[in-house]
Amino acid sequence: MKSSVITFPGSNCDRDMDVALKKFGFRNKMVWHDDAELPKSDLVVLPGGFSYGDYLRCGSMASKSKIMQSVINFANSGGMVMGICNGFQILVETGLLSGVLLRNKYLEFICKNVFVKINDKKNKYFKNVDNEVLEFHIAHNEGNYFCTNDQLKEIEDNNQIAINYCDENGKIEDQFNPNGSIKNIAGIFNKEKNVLGMMPHPERMIDSSLSGEDGSLFFKNLINNLK
Amino acid sequence: MIVNEQVAVDHGLKKAEYAKICELLKRTPNITELGIFSAMWNEHCSYKSSRLHLKKLPTKGKKVIQGPGENAGVIDIEDNDAIVFKIESHNHPSFIEPYQGAATGVGGIMRDVFTMGARPIANLNSIHFGSPQHKKTKNLLRGVVHGIGGYGNCMGVPTIAGQTSFDSSYNGNILVNAMTLGLVKKDKIFYSKAAGLNKPVIYVGSKTGRDGIHGASMASASFDEKIEEKKPTVQVGDPFTEKLLLEACLELMAGDSIIAIQDMGAAGLTSSSIEMASKGNLGIEINLNKVPCREAKMTPYEIMLSESQERMLIVLENGKEEKAKKIFDKWNLDFAVIGKTTKSKKIELYFNEEKVADIPVNTLVENSPMYDRKWKKAKLPKKNKIKKENIKHLKIIDVLKKILANPNVCSKEWIWQQYDHTVMGDTIQKPGGDAGVVRVHGTDKAIAASVDSSAAYCWAHPLTGGKQVVCESFRNLISVGAKPIAITNCLNFGSPENEENMGEFVECVQGIGEASEYLKFPVVSGNVSFYNQTKDKGIKPTPAIGGVGLIKDYKNMISMDFKEVDNLVLVIGKTEGHIDQSLFARNILDEKNGPPPEVNLFNEKNNGETLLKLIDNNLIKSAHDVSLGGIITAVAKMCIKGKKGINIKKPKYLINEIEYLFAEDQGRYIIEINKKDFKKVADIFNKNAVHFDELGAIIENELYINDKTKVTIDELSTSNKSWLINYMSK
Repeated sequence: MKSSVITFPGSNCDRDMDVALKKFGFRNKMVWHDDAELPKSDLVVLPGGFSYGDYLRCGSMASKSKIMQSVINFANSGGMVMGICNGFQILVETGLLSGVLLRNKYLEFICKNVFVKINDKKNKYFKNVDNEVLEFHIAHNEGNYFCTNDQLKEIEDNNQIAINYCDENGKIEDQFNPNGSIKNIAGIFNKEKNVLGMMPHPERMIDSSLSGEDGSLFFKNLINNLK
Repeated sequence: MIVNEQVAVDHGLKKAEYAKICELLKRTPNITELGIFSAMWNEHCSYKSSRLHLKKLPTKGKKVIQGPGENAGVIDIEDNDAIVFKIESHNHPSFIEPYQGAATGVGGIMRDVFTMGARPIANLNSIHFGSPQHKKTKNLLRGVVHGIGGYGNCMGVPTIAGQTSFDSSYNGNILVNAMTLGLVKKDKIFYSKAAGLNKPVIYVGSKTGRDGIHGASMASASFDEKIEEKKPTVQVGDPFTEKLLLEACLELMAGDSIIAIQDMGAAGLTSSSIEMASKGNLGIEINLNKVPCREAKMTPYEIMLSESQERMLIVLENGKEEKAKKIFDKWNLDFAVIGKTTKSKKIELYFNEEKVADIPVNTLVENSPMYDRKWKKAKLPKKNKIKKENIKHLKIIDVLKKILANPNVCSKEWIWQQYDHTVMGDTIQKPGGDAGVVRVHGTDKAIAASVDSSAAYCWAHPLTGGKQVVCESFRNLISVGAKPIAITNCLNFGSPENEENMGEFVECVQGIGEASEYLKFPVVSGNVSFYNQTKDKGIKPTPAIGGVGLIKDYKNMISMDFKEVDNLVLVIGKTEGHIDQSLFARNILDEKNGPPPEVNLFNEKNNGETLLKLIDNNLIKSAHDVSLGGIITAVAKMCIKGKKGINIKKPKYLINEIEYLFAEDQGRYIIEINKKDFKKVADIFNKNAVHFDELGAIIENELYINDKTKVTIDELSTSNKSWLINYMSK
């Protein structure tokens, strides 16, 4: 399986994603934001970080990068595109995903482990994951997902919510919402479910010495689903 | 502007210093030259009050590749890998403008590290605030934490450990010390020594603006009522540009274009160019019209003294300009050839085709003032006797809960959750333990780092305090299973012109020197911050020690959380019952006087090395050093982290229970071992003449003392975790 990770100026989880993808069998290429063409890929990842310093609005300038037209075309033709953290913010800015990511409710950067419940498994990202709840890791300042009521209705009607913040038993309640996201949303799909944006960083959970191993579970499953 | 003695005094120079400048130049300096002298000769850059004493610190060792004098220290961690590290203060700017002050402190220290070719792999910090009741404290704390996070998070470098304290002596002068560790190949280390004639001098990074002019002079003066007016001297950080600068520099460094490189930190273009020339015994000629400026009509004086951030000066090999420029263009950074190296041994500046400065480099560096300041030796205070009636009514569990909730002991999770501590995917011990640990990417090795200070001890007796901090750093590294290698120090003191403050400095440095010599734990880099005082009142002496150690196989790392019920808990080191200057004495008995605990370097080394032996033999399940709050506080924290309980039995010593549990005697650790290993462990202790006590066994959920008094771990955890959250949300 071939993957591509886009590096924008200010991306800082690009290497971590490269390490994770390779660990689970992807042949990964790093792609510079100023390139025009994507290499042939089965998966494109927009990594976390602070593209363009998060100036103006998180992800807004990166969404206008040269490579992004190619990424958008790839997504629109059914290609798998995953945005993590800042990558999620970029996807929202391109319009591939609906809604926006506001500043965290308590106006503070949060770095910690959280639990997320998988809402939908009829997609290549989460199909065949045995668990209902995963322990993931978040590290962000702007992860407070927000959208209009109409958008929310559409997302819910199409089952586009990918994961929700919850407790270890999968209970989705306000107290387990780290950033104020509407409906505890931690990640969403586009309508076709080939595009996924999520705040948690599975690439930081790929080793028992790190924060946990549920990221390994995610990547192993993902590459199998793509085969 | 005409330069005279008054103008010099307004620049922070002493009259005698101005006279010396005129004598060295054999003429009156012009305003640009005076600005350059004032920047180079202030305390922050010249170390004029501290140099004499810093020379006494042990700086050499088998593992030391580079000691003090470069941008940062470098140590060998084998396999052609090296760690570059340093700690630096950003106290004055952080008090004036906490967010930017702290942010640029973090940015500055990271630049020091990647200037040497190393990719930063971990950040740490030591931050000290006034009394929690003081009206400024909360906002300063919030601003500093946001600033540290704002910069470090954006750079994508994990903040893995730190220290936060509160004391009224910092009411008018907070301390913000930032430390960075970087990883480099031993044969790809870059230095600031220029070499060769007519080599192009390159300016890269951000443009130069009017921010931070005289920042270093500001950091060399005391505060008074007018500090708000100094806001414009604080620099503004742009971590995004620094991230680009990091990547661009490392890309350029992969080749062979660079002869020397130096970041523009304190005193900006002035100190960077002069340092490179001085180390290379060369001259440098700069055309100031070529310097990329952010604002129009900047004068030579402003360009030379600006402390705009995220800038570097590079001496390139001839003919490599195009190749280098391409890299900086790719990263959207300014790149300008602004001058060349010369044989004149002078710093020569041109502006609008006119020579605006002409100063022999040695007058700025070797001939800079050095003072043997008067200092007062501190007496060892008399010991207090604890009066029985003062402790009779105390209930141990209540005292323990109070200590766990003390601002200086309580959980700092509210702080470190705001720092990205997991980016780069190698953090294997997060903040909140004895030391932070990161793996050396792609290898089995890991690096442990901690930062410590003990202002109360240093204040009570500087010599002992100085020794103690080094020992605590040593212990913190050993507690995670790392072999201590070297330290960096950030020496935060009051005014060197005050005999008592100067005495504190001299004796703390002596203490640091003695301990680091004995423990073979040399000082490889550091920074001095004087004038941490408002009006006449200095802070408590606060040397912060950043220690670095190596774990050969990261799978053998130790953490402090209790692991398993039925395991035995032992105390390494003898408890003599030293209560003076303990948290218990200061906060429970309200007794501020008396000597700090004695430091026995033989025991420190012997106890620590023996524990490392046990760790090497896989006999240790968890470990934690005993510091503030004594044995019971250390044990309670291990319980909280591991969500386990313990039944503590006081050994049959002569000292009473309170002294045993709350004393802060040095050289001690709490360890957890498997019952079946007890004999093996005891044998190793006995063979090495290490004293140990059996403290008790691990149980579920509750902490018992002598089978009678008990408390649930949940309760202790709440005491420990809620103070800071409540304080910040009020």
